[in-house]
This record gives sequence, C-alpha cells and structure tokens, in this order.
Amino acid sequence: MEEVKESHQKRWIHLKKVLERPGPFTHPEFEPSPDILDFILSTCKILIIGAGGLGCELLKDLAMMGFKHIDIIDMDIIDLSNLNRQFLFRHKDIGVSKAQVAANYINARIAGCQVTPHCCPIEDKKEDFYRGFHIIVCGLDSITARRWINGMVVSLLNYDDNGVLDQSSIIPLVDGGTEGFKGNARVILPGMTACVECTLDLYPPQVTYPLCTIANTPRLPEHCVEYVKVVQWPKENPFGVALDGDDAQHTTWIYEKALERANQFNIHGVTFRLVQGVVKNIIPAVASTNAVISAVCATEVFKLATSCCTPLNNFMVFNDIDGIYTYAYEAEKKDNCTVCSNIPHPVDIDDPCKMKLKDLIDFLCENIKFQMKNPGLTTTIDGKSKTLYIPTIKMIEERTRPNLSKTLIDLGLRDGQEIVVADVTTPTSVIIKLRYTISDVEIN
Amino acid sequence: MEVCESFNNLTEAALQKKDGEGTPRSGNQKKASAAQLRITKDLSELNLPKTCSTEFPDPDDLLNFKLVICPDEGFYKGGRFIFSFKVGPNYPHEPPKVKCETQVYHPNIDQQGNVCLNILREDWKPVLTINSIVYGLQYLFLEPNAEDPLNKEAAEVLTTNRRVFEQNVQKAIRGGYVGGIYFDRCLK
Ligand SMILES: [Zn+2]
Repeated sequence: MEEVKESHQKRWIHLKKVLERPGPFTHPEFEPSPDILDFILSTCKILIIGAGGLGCELLKDLAMMGFKHIDIIDMDIIDLSNLNRQFLFRHKDIGVSKAQVAANYINARIAGCQVTPHCCPIEDKKEDFYRGFHIIVCGLDSITARRWINGMVVSLLNYDDNGVLDQSSIIPLVDGGTEGFKGNARVILPGMTACVECTLDLYPPQVTYPLCTIANTPRLPEHCVEYVKVVQWPKENPFGVALDGDDAQHTTWIYEKALERANQFNIHGVTFRLVQGVVKNIIPAVASTNAVISAVCATEVFKLATSCCTPLNNFMVFNDIDGIYTYAYEAEKKDNCTVCSNIPHPVDIDDPCKMKLKDLIDFLCENIKFQMKNPGLTTTIDGKSKTLYIPTIKMIEERTRPNLSKTLIDLGLRDGQEIVVADVTTPTSVIIKLRYTISDVEIN
Repeated sequence: MEVCESFNNLTEAALQKKDGEGTPRSGNQKKASAAQLRITKDLSELNLPKTCSTEFPDPDDLLNFKLVICPDEGFYKGGRFIFSFKVGPNYPHEPPKVKCETQVYHPNIDQQGNVCLNILREDWKPVLTINSIVYGLQYLFLEPNAEDPLNKEAAEVLTTNRRVFEQNVQKAIRGGYVGGIYFDRCLK
C-alpha cells in the first residue's frame, strides 16, 4: 500500500530529523529508528476526550503532527457561543455534534487522517473501548469527567500476584485544563505517577458563598444570583422542572429575580452575562490559553509515543495575566490514594458454589495479610452498585444479613469480581479481587 | 529517574502492543467509582451519637439516605428532625447536598429546608466525612446560631428573649402556628 512510502514523504522531514538521529537532549535510552515514524503514522491510536476549546486545538495539533488514528469523544452539540475559539466549527454547524463536525473537518483537510467521532458521554464507553488506545489526551472542563477517566485508566492496570505492575497495561493520560488566562498540562502514567485523585486538592472547589450571607446580607451581585438559584428557584419552581442553565427562559427568570433582589439591597452589577456565568459556573475561555495548553499536551503525546525526549514530570502551570509565567513540578503520587494506590488484592476461592459470604468475611478477619475487625463490603455488578454487607449501619445490616449465608455464586459474584472492603484497620477502602480456581464454565 | 526508565519500557511495550492483544480481559463488571469507595469507608466508620440514626431506603444505594436527629437536651429536646443526604459523583471533592425535610423553627434552617452550616458549603474540605456533617447538624440543635441566620425572625427572638424562643420551638415541635407559619408536628 502507499503507506510504505508515506514515511518517505517530504511532509515528515522535520519529524525524521528528531526521530532518526541521536541528539544531546534525547531520552537516555532513545534509539533513533525509522520505525518510530511508522509507529506514529500507521499504528499509534490516540483518544481525545472533549471536542471543545481544547479539543479542537488538540485534534488539529495531533493530526498535523502525523498521528493518523485518532478518536474523539464529546457528547455536546455546537452552540453559537463556541464559534469564536472552537475553530473547526462554522455557523452552519450549530446544533450538530461537536465530535462529528470536528472529525469531518480534519478528515477532509488532512490527507490520510482517520478521525473517528463518538457523540456520547464518556461513561457510555466501556473498558474494552479505552483499552484500545496507546495514549489518551483530555481537554475537559469538568472535574467529574476527569475523575471518571482517571478511574478508568487506573482500572485497566494489571498487577501480578506480587503486586507488580504490568507495564504494558499502562495507558498514559495527558490532561490539559484552562480557566481564562490560566492553564495547566500534566502527564499521568497511571499506577506510577500522581493521578487526578492524588492531586484533587489542586482543583479549586466551586465558588460558594455562605448561605446566611446570600440570604440576609448580600453585598455582591453574585450573592443575589446565587440566592435566586439556591433558594428562590426550588421554592417557586417556576417551570416545574429542574434548573437548566442552557434554557434561556430559565436564565431570564433568574436574571429578573436577581435584579429585583439587587435593587432591594442597592447592589449594582447584575447583568444577564453574570447570571449565565454564575448559573453555569462559567469561566470565560481564552483562545490563546487553549492554544498554548494544547500545544504542550500535543508535544507530550509526541514524546510519549516516540520516547525521543523525557516527558514532562509531571505537572506544568501556565499563567499569562501579567506577562507570561510558567513552571513545572513533580506532583507527588499519594501512597493512600483511593484510586491509584488501591491495587486489588487477589483472593483465591476454591469453590465459589460452596463458599458463603460469611466465610469470605471470616477469611478477611483471620488471614494474616488482612487481619480485619468488622469489614463492610460492597461491589459493582453490571454497572450497578450492590451492598453485600455493612455491619455498622443498623438498617443496612438487617437488610443485608441474609447475604451472609448465601454463596458467592448465589450473590452473582464472578471470577475476577472486585469487592470494596472498608474496615477500621485500613485508612481507606481496599479492593479485593476474587479468583476462582475453577472456571466460570464449570460453574454454569 | 525511576519514572524515566519505566517510561521507556512503556513505550517499548506500546510499540509492540497491537490492538487489544496481550492484555487480559477482566470481564465487564465496572470498577467502583471514587465516590463509592469513599462513601463505603465513611459509612463503615459512621459513629453516630445516640441521638441520631440513619435510614437507607435502598441498601444498595449508599449515596442517598436520611439522617434522623432526636435531640435529648437543649431547645429542641423531644423533637424528631429528618435530613436527606444526596452524595454526588464528585464526593468528596464536593460536599453532599443536605436538606432538612422536617419543618423546623430554627435560626439556621429556612422553610425550604436549606441548612446554613459552614461545612456544607464554603468550608467543606475533602478530609471531612459524613460523620463530620452529622456532628455539625447535631450541634446546630444544641447551639442555634443567631448571628448568621436563615430564619431572621427566629434569630431575633433567640437574641432578645430565650424563654420565648424556647416556647416557640416547643410549640412548633408539637405542631401549630409560630409567627404566622404553620409547623407540622414532629414530636419524637
Ligand atoms: Zn492517585
């Protein structure tokens, strides 16, 4: 096929200079080879999460860098207010899926590029989907989504019986984030370096105001908006539905009530834009910040995919409010991180048709490795959480007591099932992984 | 440096990796979310004061439950107050949403059940637990705070005449009108 010749094209001459010869700044174990360019052009699969401000930049950067197999996932549709910075979208695209339009644009514009769009929430995709990528890069504006994908890449890790990480199960996560003129980029090697959960306190919590202040002594226009949103809306429930920040009718109602309240307290500055900002918790997006952060992320993806240079270790912050300020530091992996330090402990089960939940709990209490006192157990079956037994809460204890005399099979627990165990003897919940010595087939 | 070395192995591994090969499948059960891991821990270590109890309508759903407080001293002695807890997927980065489902004559709780407790909003930190909130709520009944009121009328009465405040509280608990507002009976 023509792909054999592809890497000889003049188009890649600059990449070849970096990838096919040694240099003073390369990774110490880097071995120059034409295979690396081939890997980028024909094998490497990248997933971009988010097709918004950062996502458009990331997709353009990576596609032009030579990555050909790119998937992009975003559930959002294009809105008029996106067009100033989400440059893959045009006026005619309003109302259409972001991922779809972005993919079409790049596929039409960049020769040989195969972008596959996914117009759905990231939670709709399962492990097998995410496992298919070499690197995942995120341009998200939500902490919840970041925590979700972080949990996903950690759950894809494989450990052997001694708790040693299988390197080939690592899918690096490159994460960019921007807020106005501030941004950050980070590289996460799941199981090895600090993950999103390890550094959760780095993400500022949503701005909140004391309830009594907004109720009685408002001073800021934001206090008035927040009051209408938190107190007046649930009280009057004007449209009989939950507040939707994207519904113009809702925002207008809040705006009018907030203005009334502001006049009452002689506060100035309640505008429609402010209302939109407070209701949707929007921080104005700046196109240049997105461009900088995406460029950093794309460079990190390139370094990870090629080994040509040591990757960012591991957190970089950027600020261009006054001049330009940037620095990088090593965010520390937490030994007690509930997500990435929570390596599942394998527990061998001889006969799950005979072993009862009570036996499993006795095992956790008596086994020298666990020595638990009074553990509570929950699990997830087909995506739904299930409480197996929690002794410390009266109502749950009574309702789950019958589980104690059921066998693991009767409880729907399968080979490889992960069970969350919480006990006073450990600072965080631990995860055990059931391993049946007889196979599922034999059980059935 | 350790990271760099392993990182290099990683890329080698990635170069050899072909679609889906070499990685054992671990079935299709989903791993528990970070919020789930944390709430399991919180609830397993829940150490309720004797005046409090919890209700879980669905034992499989640890994210939605109720807390019942029956103060045995102070202004609110003899009452029974129900709070609903909704723990979101962003727990513990964000606090649970807590509402008082019982109508109560209280300076820091309004008629819609909004509760003015600093750790439920501006002073929430991920190190805090469900237990911290339980104790915070219990304290609100022992020491209602007239300085940051949600119910201004109640706060005013509390500052000016504690005896009248106490009578108002007890009247509301037994059910009836206080200051033109009807309170449902919530005797224990
Ligand atoms: Zn972590």
